[in-house]
Amino acid sequence: MAPIDVSGLHVRFGEVHAVRGVSFRVAEGESYGIVGESGSGKSTVLRAICGLAPISAGAVTVAGEELGRRRSAGFHRRLQMVFQDPYASLHPRHTIDRVLAEPLAIHGFDDREARILRALDEVGLGRGFRFRYPHQLSGGQRQRVAIARALILEPRVMLLDEPTSALDASIQAEVLNLLDRLRAERGLTYILVSHDLAVVAHMCERLLVMQHGQAVEELTRDGLRARAAREPYTRDLLAASEGSRPAESSP
Amino acid sequence: MTRTEWLLSEEPASRRQARLGQAYRTWLALKANRLAMVGLGLVLALIAVAILAPWIAPHDPIVGGDLRTDRLLPPSWAHPMGTDDLARDILSRVIHGSRLTLMVVVLVAVIATPIGLAIGTTAGYFGGWVDTVLMRATDIFLAFPRLILALAFVAALGPGIENAIIAIALTSWPPYARLARAETLTIRDSDFINAARLQGASAPRILWGHVTPLCLSSVIVRVTLDMAGIILTAAGLGFLGLGAQPPQPEWGAMIAGGRRFIIDQWWVATMPGLAIFAVSLGFNLLGDGLRDVLDPKARK
Amino acid sequence: MTLLQVENLRVTFPTRQGPSEVVRGVSFTLGRERLGIVGESGSGKSQTGRAILGLTPPPGRATADRLAFDGIDLRRATPRQWRSLRGIRMSMVMQDPKFSLNPVMTIGRQLTEAARRTASRGEAKDRAMAMLEAVQIRDPSRVFGAYPHELSGGMGQRAMIAMMLIAEPDLLIADEPTSALDVTVQIEVLRILDRLVQDRGMGLVFISHDLRLVGSFCDRVLVMYAGRVVEELRAADLARARHPYTQGLLNCLPRIEGGRRPLPVLERDARWAL
Repeated sequence: MAPIDVSGLHVRFGEVHAVRGVSFRVAEGESYGIVGESGSGKSTVLRAICGLAPISAGAVTVAGEELGRRRSAGFHRRLQMVFQDPYASLHPRHTIDRVLAEPLAIHGFDDREARILRALDEVGLGRGFRFRYPHQLSGGQRQRVAIARALILEPRVMLLDEPTSALDASIQAEVLNLLDRLRAERGLTYILVSHDLAVVAHMCERLLVMQHGQAVEELTRDGLRARAAREPYTRDLLAASEGSRPAESSP
Repeated sequence: MTRTEWLLSEEPASRRQARLGQAYRTWLALKANRLAMVGLGLVLALIAVAILAPWIAPHDPIVGGDLRTDRLLPPSWAHPMGTDDLARDILSRVIHGSRLTLMVVVLVAVIATPIGLAIGTTAGYFGGWVDTVLMRATDIFLAFPRLILALAFVAALGPGIENAIIAIALTSWPPYARLARAETLTIRDSDFINAARLQGASAPRILWGHVTPLCLSSVIVRVTLDMAGIILTAAGLGFLGLGAQPPQPEWGAMIAGGRRFIIDQWWVATMPGLAIFAVSLGFNLLGDGLRDVLDPKARK
Repeated sequence: MTLLQVENLRVTFPTRQGPSEVVRGVSFTLGRERLGIVGESGSGKSQTGRAILGLTPPPGRATADRLAFDGIDLRRATPRQWRSLRGIRMSMVMQDPKFSLNPVMTIGRQLTEAARRTASRGEAKDRAMAMLEAVQIRDPSRVFGAYPHELSGGMGQRAMIAMMLIAEPDLLIADEPTSALDVTVQIEVLRILDRLVQDRGMGLVFISHDLRLVGSFCDRVLVMYAGRVVEELRAADLARARHPYTQGLLNCLPRIEGGRRPLPVLERDARWAL
């Protein structure tokens, strides 16, 4: 059974119609990518799934439970999210310890010490980081903390909203490897949103191309590699990601 | 390992060390600001004088000397600030008056800050009708001139320093509520608040644990900067005869008492005036320094 | 022909632990060509660009054995000389147009004002309109009357480039000019820059963290690590880079074709920084 089923999703913010009828299914253990440029509504789809944006029409089903306005505690334990900007997603006055202890306290876990230490080890941060503040960490380290915070509730599904686009290329590789390893170890389901086709091709088995709030087309990774895109917009996107020798394109 | 190294460690080993280290860094930044240190010195001097008043005051503040020989004496070695029309030593009265001033400052801070913070963060976080109701109430309080509203309270409750403090506290929270609301609006949609929501944190938990700590510093700065105004309002009420009642040595009331002799015996009104000036200046300088250190927006 | 000569450029910032050098002895020369400076954040690439324009933020200090633009010694340039250089003969494009355009003035007014420094009043407006067309803004008269917040990111960045280029500078320093933009817009902006280098013989310093982008766009590439240039090579030879840092930067990028999994990560070597 598909753990995530989005059908005919619309999201409106007042006058703005950000998502116009997007449908897709993600299977258990799959990694699914959503690609698009700014304003395509790709991040809004994620936010609608996790309840940070209103579902104006359509349905979102996670593990058989159709989501309404209120999300249950069980929902939060099943599904977590990593945000784009690691500088904005950690509370500036909370130590890493507090950041990781908070979800455990909310959901009433008891072996908090052990869980916090295990989470830090798992994302490759030493225990020496436990009592630091976010401003003492680099962007990559902060993103590792954000991943640890999402993982500490042992969710089945992770929503990744441009998790590496604010990072340097070399740090991006480390974070992508970390996400890859965690998925293999825990059998997680990912929905990854990115503007970078190469990142999505590396991380996801299937992907959805979005433009102006609508789905343009769905492709498999192999289809993308074989350049089997049907829609002109997807081809433009592919061409743009291939590198950009402007002299070649303008003779 | 020295104590400084322990405090400034990049790898604190416990919650306490992390918190103390952070406080110590803030202190180092504040210490580098010389004017803020002058302000802190003045405020600490006020506190010390208030605590030690009975021991350092040379004379009794209430019972004066011989009314025939000791009235309205100019400053001298025996009476460094002179004496007033009831032959009381003005220095002793100023020293004892610091207790009343400190009481006003502390009580107003303790009453007004939490009210303002609670109302402001709640209104900002929930928005909608909660925001409308709370902020219109705030607007109503804000629309009254503070001294007039305080006058009304005092008129209803009767004159006296306690009622003056309550009146001042009840009229000084609206600016803090506005400030806290504005801060809350800028952070309520940030990703770290979203992350807390996604973990299933309840609204009170987010308000108390995530929003309030970020509003607190700017509110503290604002309260400190407002202290001068609060002292002046208390003095103003005293001056109008609605605050502290004679023979309590309240600075504002003392100026009111010295007003009649301002031409010939200038020291009677000037000395408590100088005290008000020094303490107000102290709070202003300290508040300015705190803003540089605490306010995340002023800091790079 | 040499446009810019930089020898042993150093930029130092004082910190509580003593002075910290973020640019440590960078040297290069630039002709009328496209030079890329690549590095990770903190490698000193942006501070190098700022130091050339004398824009090192205080309390930082920039020193060099030689820093000459078209024969003018920039180290001893007076404020007056700087005024006649910056924005006229040498310009800079920043990453985010939002911080570089005045929010309360229309694009047209800002452009005309920039043009007025080298042209008469009547000519300035024509130049502004022509410049907006040159950066491929489809509806120049609308953009001319628009305020910065009314423009999209790509439009804003194009307006910004138009403003920096209106005085027809000999040297343009572009600090991550496209990283805030979508890939399809990014290509158009690069095309505009490219044409300006070709048609006007401008010198371009292109600062970016994206080695693949720089490699495909520039003629020559400087790779910076920890404030130093660790490798300088022709962009065409990028695949044959010798320094392990350059190789690491290239290999760690994921590819659509797929490749190694896990991605090779950069093993930093303390000796590179020496």
